[in-house]
Amino acid sequence: MSTARSRHVISGAMIGLTYLAAILATLPLILILAHLVQKGASSLSLAFFTHMPQPVGEAGGGMANAIVGTLVLIGIASLMGLPIGIGAGLYLAEKRTTPLAYTVRFLSDVLNGLPSIVIGIFAWEFLVRPIGHFSALAGGLALGAMMIPLVTRTTEEMLLVVPTSLREAALALGYPRWRTSISVVLRTALAGIATGALVAVARIAGETAPLLFTAFGNQFWSTSVREPIAALPLQIFTYAISAYDEWHRQAWAGALVLIAMVLIISIAARFVTRSRFGAPVD
Amino acid sequence: MLQSTEVVREKPARLATPTVQVRSPEPTAASLAAAPCIVSRKLSAFFGDVAAVRNVSLEIPQQAVTAIIGPSGCGKSTLLRCFNRMHETVPRARVEGSVEILGSAIYGEGTSPIAVRRHVGMVFQRPTPFPTMSIRNNVAAGLRVLGKSGEKRGPTDEIVEEALHRAALWDEVKDRLNESAMALSGGQQQRLCIARALATRPRVILLDEPTASLDPLSTQKVEELVYHLRETVSVVIVTHNMQQAARISDRTAFLLAGELIEFASTTDLFTAPRDPRTESYITGRFG
Repeated sequence: MSTARSRHVISGAMIGLTYLAAILATLPLILILAHLVQKGASSLSLAFFTHMPQPVGEAGGGMANAIVGTLVLIGIASLMGLPIGIGAGLYLAEKRTTPLAYTVRFLSDVLNGLPSIVIGIFAWEFLVRPIGHFSALAGGLALGAMMIPLVTRTTEEMLLVVPTSLREAALALGYPRWRTSISVVLRTALAGIATGALVAVARIAGETAPLLFTAFGNQFWSTSVREPIAALPLQIFTYAISAYDEWHRQAWAGALVLIAMVLIISIAARFVTRSRFGAPVD
Repeated sequence: MLQSTEVVREKPARLATPTVQVRSPEPTAASLAAAPCIVSRKLSAFFGDVAAVRNVSLEIPQQAVTAIIGPSGCGKSTLLRCFNRMHETVPRARVEGSVEILGSAIYGEGTSPIAVRRHVGMVFQRPTPFPTMSIRNNVAAGLRVLGKSGEKRGPTDEIVEEALHRAALWDEVKDRLNESAMALSGGQQQRLCIARALATRPRVILLDEPTASLDPLSTQKVEELVYHLRETVSVVIVTHNMQQAARISDRTAFLLAGELIEFASTTDLFTAPRDPRTESYITGRFG
């Protein structure tokens, strides 16, 4: 076999392998989605979104409380995670080389890698035990703590992409530093930061472990932040480990809804990024 | 290269007045008698321990174009950035000596750099329109920060129009003031930045190689506009294009390794340089 020919063969084989790897990378998602649709779609109905869970043995019922509960938890988490994360990211981008910046950057990477169950236990120790009962607030804050490092690092990265020349242009116009940061640098990076925020929301929406000891779950309707609250991941967990076929079916449907929510948020994140290059702004 | 030089060299004849070819009018007795615009005394600028500008003392006249030339790294941009206190925005940068603009010491105690920058416009090498703002809001960006938000749209629109006229951009953008500034060409963006700097009606405008990233045609437009700006504002322009300095400036400063070698009327500096180093540089023996 000539050298040229063997090169072609090897080249072809390598390209084939990369194709295979690319397909394998998306395969888990496709399999999960297909399986969820197959198992869960049949249990999905309007009632699933509007009705409360039914007692065992009664057909029908839904997860309205868990869907709303998840939204409440995401809301609390965002109220905590977004301002702190964006503020910290702004600090890291503006004061890149201070000792505090290095420390914050390192610690937020550590926090990012912290197992979520640990965050849950920590939240139980400081937010649940002293108060004496589980609450949506404790669950939301635990999720918020998980959001902070994600939002911090994406905010920092997005801000660093803003050219120094823009910062200088604003300063040369007589903008004070804080105003340069907010009305020029932050605004220019806003689409990217919004994307980062949505990705962080998608990431925490499906978290179960931090909620086990905090939000706890609730079979009844509750939107109070001081009471235990239902959440889709918790409901799926409870139903999935139960002994009833009807609950199993509901768990599949819940999983499908949860993954659909995450997908929708992810797709929204894509669109937010795209609009930066699209229609005129302001 | 040769060809492009010729193209650029031929164009300015159009922008000069009929009596003057290539060169700008000689400073009149009146303009020489007027108080200088920028006075620097023993000005040195440092990055950490390295001095980028050493002991520069010069008087830049009012309502004239002053060019600062010199080889790359000679400190011309740094010198310019000392005139609006932008130098100190770089970490570990500091300034020694004094600078007065129209009689006020800009490094005086209690003088805020922000106040200085509001009275001294600056345009950079690369166009820097704010990408999130429309063309109109880009021009008005400097006004907003002056705290004139209370004013109604009317006066702001007038100022925007005037600034765009002065930057010779009005006719090209008047029908799309609400579009993104990013839709403009590089040359238009640079003139937009000049309009933005002019909108606050500064007495001085600093141009840091404003045509370095532009094509010859856009360069010519910016040069024409700078040529006319002298009627209303004092211009200091940093350039490493000697033909450009010769075409558009009244006075030229030659900087080498951070030191001011020679500062004279542009005609004198280019036709009868007093310092041998200036002669070597302008005849192309180095740099």
